[in-house]
Amino acid sequence: MKPGHGEELIAEGDLEVAEEHRALVEAFRRQLDDGMWAAVPTTTRTGRREAEMVQSFEDIPPSAERVIFFPRAAGGR
Amino acid sequence: MTVALCATAIVVLALLWEVSIPWLDRRLERRRLRRAEPGIAAYDPGRERRAEQRARALLRSCVNAEEWEMYRDLGFLRVWGRHARGPGTERDGAGAPYAYLIYPHKPLLAYLPQTRRLLHEYCVEFPDETRPYGSAMLPESDDVLAKWMALTADEERLVNSANMHLPGRQVDPARVKRDLWRLSEWERARLTRERRRAAEGAGGTPGGTVPAP
Repeated sequence: MKPGHGEELIAEGDLEVAEEHRALVEAFRRQLDDGMWAAVPTTTRTGRREAEMVQSFEDIPPSAERVIFFPRAAGGR
Repeated sequence: MTVALCATAIVVLALLWEVSIPWLDRRLERRRLRRAEPGIAAYDPGRERRAEQRARALLRSCVNAEEWEMYRDLGFLRVWGRHARGPGTERDGAGAPYAYLIYPHKPLLAYLPQTRRLLHEYCVEFPDETRPYGSAMLPESDDVLAKWMALTADEERLVNSANMHLPGRQVDPARVKRDLWRLSEWERARLTRERRRAAEGAGGTPGGTVPAP
């Protein structure tokens, strides 16, 4: 998510392909280094939709199809 | 005589040249800027509308059918709290006596669904300090999705990073009461529709209604 712009595809690839895996890890790290939060939308066993925050590439559930990056929360006025 | 005239003409030309240099510089600079403008990205009046459309599609793909319809019809989302003793206490998974209302670009509102009593306003923003597009604000639906993700993933972290205020500081309590009434009416109508559909054998809606924990 980008202010004034909305959703933007940062990277996509197949984890099975080493080169694409490396590119995804790099893109993930770059986003976190830029101060973004990363979340993975999930569905619980009861059918409830929720999100899971991830702080490293290894934390991403294997079943996840996407990771959403959004600016870090800060206290507002 | 001729030499004198030539000398005078040369002096006049030199003076004119000196005077006209700044004027020529300004003209050339304006021309250069005009040529460079298309590359700077001209203002696109439809950009924010398209961003909001993309944001709505993303939100819809993340929340369940009930939550999406709630946002589409009412303009806000309700998220159940995760701590049995209220926001800010330890997570124990024992249920939710309270919930939050998520409005776009407004504070999170914690309230008690049983009594409709407002608890707190949690002022939280998702600013992008780099301001890559000239605005620090997410599209409305992205703001709602960011709050939803942060709340459902780590309620405590979000609440701790927010500024807490008493109800009524930014969102009119009368409006919230009215919205809570609208929400209860909306839920009643939705339940009636689902019951009717189930009775007709049409089955439930995809994603389904998820009850409060």
